[in-house]
Amino acid sequence: MAQTEPYITADGRQIGGVLMDMRGITLRFGGVEAIKNISFDIREGEIRAIIGPNGAGKSSMLNVISGFYHPQDGEVWFRGEKRKPMKPYQVARLGIARTFQNIALFEGMSVLDNIMTGRLTHMKTGLLAQAVWKGRAEREEVANREIVEKVIDFLEIQAIRKTPVGRLPYGLKKRVELARALAAEPKLLLLDEPMAGMNVEEKEDMSRFILDVNDEFGTTIALIEHDMGVVMDLSDRVVVMDYGRKIGDGTPDEVRNNQEVIDAYLGVAHE
Amino acid sequence: MLYREAGDFKTSYQADSQTFPIAFDRWRFWVVLVVAFCVVPFFVNAYWANAILVPFLIYAIAAIGLNILTGYCGQVSLGTGGFMAVGAYACYKLMTSFPDVSIVIHIILAGGITAAVGAAFGLPSLRIKGFYLAVATLAAQFFLVWMFNKVSWFYNYSASGQINAPERFVAGVAVTGPNTAPWAQYMICLVFLTICALIARNLTRGTIGRSWMAIRDMDIAAEIIGVNPLKAKLTAFAVSSFFIGISGALFFAVYLGAVEVGEAFGIQKSFLVLFMIIIGGLGSLFGSFAGAAFLVLLPVALKVVGVDVLGWPTDLVAHLQLVIVGGLIMFFLIKEPHGLAQLWRLAKEKLRLWPFPY
Repeated sequence: MAQTEPYITADGRQIGGVLMDMRGITLRFGGVEAIKNISFDIREGEIRAIIGPNGAGKSSMLNVISGFYHPQDGEVWFRGEKRKPMKPYQVARLGIARTFQNIALFEGMSVLDNIMTGRLTHMKTGLLAQAVWKGRAEREEVANREIVEKVIDFLEIQAIRKTPVGRLPYGLKKRVELARALAAEPKLLLLDEPMAGMNVEEKEDMSRFILDVNDEFGTTIALIEHDMGVVMDLSDRVVVMDYGRKIGDGTPDEVRNNQEVIDAYLGVAHE
Repeated sequence: MLYREAGDFKTSYQADSQTFPIAFDRWRFWVVLVVAFCVVPFFVNAYWANAILVPFLIYAIAAIGLNILTGYCGQVSLGTGGFMAVGAYACYKLMTSFPDVSIVIHIILAGGITAAVGAAFGLPSLRIKGFYLAVATLAAQFFLVWMFNKVSWFYNYSASGQINAPERFVAGVAVTGPNTAPWAQYMICLVFLTICALIARNLTRGTIGRSWMAIRDMDIAAEIIGVNPLKAKLTAFAVSSFFIGISGALFFAVYLGAVEVGEAFGIQKSFLVLFMIIIGGLGSLFGSFAGAAFLVLLPVALKVVGVDVLGWPTDLVAHLQLVIVGGLIMFFLIKEPHGLAQLWRLAKEKLRLWPFPY
């Protein structure tokens, strides 16, 4: 994987330079080393999967990227600059959005309001202008609403726009959460198990949305997923983690044939 | 047949996000507003103003304030009485120090001062949540009342420790002091309530309101999509205290005229306003009105029914009132945590489809 020049994938997508570079990340909780000296990069426009058995440190890695955890060692480079330790809301302003393993929607709000919160980083009107509403605040609201409506169309959730999120079934909630992340128009989208707990049909829908997002908006995506069929089909490159170490990194084919990965995670088919 | 969404198509996002999406609601809103401004002032007498209308208007402002903090931003506060006291004393000091400035400006400034005090007492909310935050605001309540009792500068060293509102005029009409006409009291409170409610509505439907609700519903997810929790919580405390300060200033200057802090702004006041928003509905502006109306009307209604109609002794009715309020709080917390506003919303949803629900 020494290649860093832009290239075109087999299905015609443009892969650019390195967008995010994790260098020697080490994360400890007390005496437990959740992540041990891991380095990998995410390139512009690609779909990057992080896989590994439970407790391997995948979600911790995502939390490091989104600013919840601050690694004891190592550097996070984003768009060619070293990132200072940041709070999650500051990371969001850099253009990194994410979804959660357990759905983290705002249950008391409607679908529309939930997705509108995704636009928060783009809305700048001050307190006083909002108190007056007419004028700046209203114009900004309508402009952002238009973008949100595009996302709603894209994810085919027009019919539930005004429904309180608490009333929706699981699969739709996952989709709304994706919509909220997309509304931010992120440069890097982190998906923590976007297909956990879904049936085959819902998984197919979700896979299609992920591919479309990547294809149409050129959004770089890093995802954690346990369904190997999905991972191998969707992703351009895969990082494999086990007990906080990186044991494999490469294209799906390379990873699939990596003996260490087979031993630790993939296993072999029974005869 | 008027109460219909069907056929009422919205062609712009402004129209879609307006306050009353149903035409009938819009009409009713304007009718209520016209009646409140143009009809009631001509018929209001001292009894109606003092027993029902003025306290309702003032408590509605306080309830809107607390609802922003507790209902929208999810930060429980038991300091409402203390913050009302800040508004009242700020207003008093301003009135006596700058007698030439209009009382309206004094009341707004009193709100601003309370906002600053509220934001300062909101600082612990960045570290502590829920029950513990409630106790911290309770400390604010006791500290503020103690301070206004202890530091005699606040009541201009008067012997009684009370503060008395001097007579002030708006457009030549007395609005404070002993010679105030009931309709003048009513009008100034109504104007403030209308403006406060409009501001609250605008704030809660926009970006700030969404970041408050995001913090309330799930603070971790709120942070990940770019809500600065410090800013969101402190603006909620400040805006909420602004309204509560205004209500405190009106309560002192317009309604009571003379105030002794422990009596007027004690812990009971904090609980009363909290009960209003619990019964009325957390996270709903309509709920603030409904709760304030309910808890202002309940004692009056009980007195009329119990004492005047049934001839029960006054103390029995007073105790009965406590029992009923307590029972209602439990009922609403268990059965309908979103209060009267939710019952109203459900009724409306049913009405929209009635008589063909399927």
